[in-house]
Amino acid sequence: MKTYFFKRLIAMIITLWLIITGTFFLMHSVPGSPFNEERTTNEQIQKNLESYYQLDKPLLVQYGNYLMALVKFDLGPSIKKSSQTVNDLLGRGFPVSFELGFYTLIVAIISGITLGVVAALRHNGIIDYLSMSIAVLGISIPNFVLATFLIQQLAVNIPIFPVATWSSPKHMVLPILALATGPMAIIARLTRTSMLEVLTQDYIKTAKAKGLSPVKIVFKHALRNALLPVVTVLGSLAASILTGTFVIEKIFAIPGMGKYFVDSINNRDYPVIMGTTIFYSAILIFMLLLVDLAYGVLDPRIKLHKKEAK
Amino acid sequence: MEKILQIKDLHVSFSTYGGEVKAVRGVSFDLHKGETLAIVGESGCGKSVTSQSIMRLIPEPPGKIHGGEIIFKNNDLIKLKEQEMRKIRGANISMIFQDPMTALNPTITIGEQIMEGIVQHEKLTRTQAKRVALAMLKLVGIPNPELRLKQYPHQFSGGMRQRIVIAMALVCRPDVLIADEPTTALDVTIQAQILELFKDIQKKTGVSIILITHDLGVVAQVADRIAVMYAGRIVELGTRREIFYQPQHPYTKGLLQSVPRLDIEMEELIPIPGTPPDLFSPPPGCAFAARCPFAMEVCKRVYPFKTQKSNKHHVDCWLQDERAQKLASS
Repeated sequence: MKTYFFKRLIAMIITLWLIITGTFFLMHSVPGSPFNEERTTNEQIQKNLESYYQLDKPLLVQYGNYLMALVKFDLGPSIKKSSQTVNDLLGRGFPVSFELGFYTLIVAIISGITLGVVAALRHNGIIDYLSMSIAVLGISIPNFVLATFLIQQLAVNIPIFPVATWSSPKHMVLPILALATGPMAIIARLTRTSMLEVLTQDYIKTAKAKGLSPVKIVFKHALRNALLPVVTVLGSLAASILTGTFVIEKIFAIPGMGKYFVDSINNRDYPVIMGTTIFYSAILIFMLLLVDLAYGVLDPRIKLHKKEAK
Repeated sequence: MEKILQIKDLHVSFSTYGGEVKAVRGVSFDLHKGETLAIVGESGCGKSVTSQSIMRLIPEPPGKIHGGEIIFKNNDLIKLKEQEMRKIRGANISMIFQDPMTALNPTITIGEQIMEGIVQHEKLTRTQAKRVALAMLKLVGIPNPELRLKQYPHQFSGGMRQRIVIAMALVCRPDVLIADEPTTALDVTIQAQILELFKDIQKKTGVSIILITHDLGVVAQVADRIAVMYAGRIVELGTRREIFYQPQHPYTKGLLQSVPRLDIEMEELIPIPGTPPDLFSPPPGCAFAARCPFAMEVCKRVYPFKTQKSNKHHVDCWLQDERAQKLASS
C-alpha cells in the first residue's frame, strides 16, 4: 500500500507539472497583456508595471520563477486586485465554495442514488417514468434557469427563503437545490442503468433463492455492485462542484471562488489564471485518487496493490 | 415411498411482445424423499421454468403461473404469499444455478454469503452460524475452510465455487435441492467430482434432488428416476433403467440415439430432424408429431393419453395405444 501511494504521488506531481507547464505557455501565447485595456496609462507606466510584475523578462525565466515560488506554495500576487495575493483570493473563496459544493454533493448523491434505485426496482412502472422524467428535466434545465425560477417562486412569490447571499443555513437552501439538480439527475440515471444490469445477475437470483428479503437483496447484494460506475463520475463531478460554480455563485451573490475562474481570464490576470487552474487540477487529481481508493473498497477484485501473489 | 413434493398439472406462461409463450403446459410429477429425479430435455423445453416455478422465482410479470398445484408439506406453494414463500426458499427448498462463476456475489466474502442464509432462517448467533458454515464447507470438500471463509469468490476456481454454491444451498438442511444444470459450466473432470459430491451429500443428509440437465451422461450417473420433457410437457417418466433400456417415446429414443456412447458400437450419431415447435401457438396434438418418424394422423390432432408401462414408468404417446400398429422394436 505504501509503494502504491508513493507511486501515485509521483504520478500526481508529474501530472500537475504538465498541467502547469501547458497552462503557463498557452496563457502567454495568447496575444495581449493584463495592462492592454487600460488606455489611460502611458507607455512608461505600462513598462514600469510590466517590470514590477516581471512580465518584461524572457518567458522561460518567468516560468522558472513561477515554479520556484510554487514550490513554496506561493501563487504570486493578483495583478488586477492590487495588494492581494492569489493565495488570499483562494483562501477566502474556496471555503465558501467548498461548503456550498459539499452540501450540494451530499444532496445530489443521496437523492440521485435513491431515485435511481427506486426507478430500477419499479422498472417500467409509474415511479420509474416519474423519476426518470425528473432526471431528464434535471439534466436539460440549465442551473441558472432553475436558480432564477427558484428565487422567483420560493423567495419572491412565496418568501420562504432569502433571495441571495451566504450567511445562514436558510440562505443555503436555494443555491444547493439549484446546483444539486444536475448532478442528482446524472447520478440517478447512472444508478438506474447499472442497478438494472446488476438485478439481472445470477447472484441476485441466488440471493432470492436463499429467501432473503427484497430490502436485503437490494442494499446488500445489488447496490454495492451497482455503485462502481456512479463512483467513477463522482470524482470529476465533485472536483468541479467543490471548486465553485461561476453562475450559481454569481446569481446568489455567494463569495466563492467560481468568479475568479472567469474574471481572471477576462482580465488576463496571469497569476490568478494559473492559481485557479492549479488549484482545480490539484483537487481533481485528488478526487480521482479517492475514486480509485473507493473502487478497492467497493470491489475486492480491484486490487490497488499486490499484497499477496496469487 | 414418501412423497416430499407433488407437482400437479402446472401451467406457466410468459407474455412477450410477440404474444404469450406457453413454456410449461401441464407438468405433473412427484418427488420422493431421498431420491434424485432428473428432468432432461433440450433448451427451451420448460425444464428450468418448471424448477423456478417450484421456488416461485419466475419473474412476474412477464411470467405467470396459470394453474396447477405444487404441494409441499401439505401447502400449495402457488397459493402462498411472497413472505411465506420466502421462509421456504433456502430453508426447505433451495436451488443451485448453472454458472458458479456468476452465482456468487463478487463483492461479499464467501463466509458472509453462506452465513446470511442461516441467519435469515434460523435463530442463531453469528458465532453459531459461522460454525455451521465451517462444517458445511468441510462437507462439500473445501480444504482450509477457516481461511476460505474470509475470501472472495474470485479467489476460488470454478469447481470450488460450485462446491461453495452447493454448501450455500444446503446450509439450512433443506428437504429439496433443485440443481439447474449444475455441471454444465464445469469441465469434465470437475463435473465428475461435483456429481460424486451430490451423491455423497444425498447419502449424508437424505435430501431429495431435482436435477435439471440436458446432459444424459450426467443423468446416467446420478439419477434414480428420469423425466423427459418436450415442449412444456413431460412426455415420459420412469426409472433410470427404464428410460435408458426401454425408452418408449420416440423423442426419448431420439435423444438417446443422439448421444455418443462408448459401451455399444454405433455407426454414427442420429440427430433428431427438425426443431421444437413454436410455443406461442403449440400444436393441439403431440408437440413432437412434426419431427416424429412414426407420427400418425391422430398425433397431430389430439394429445395422447398417459400410458402406464409399469408402476413407475409412464409415457404420453399414441403408439402405446392398443389400437396403434405395433412398432418394430428399434
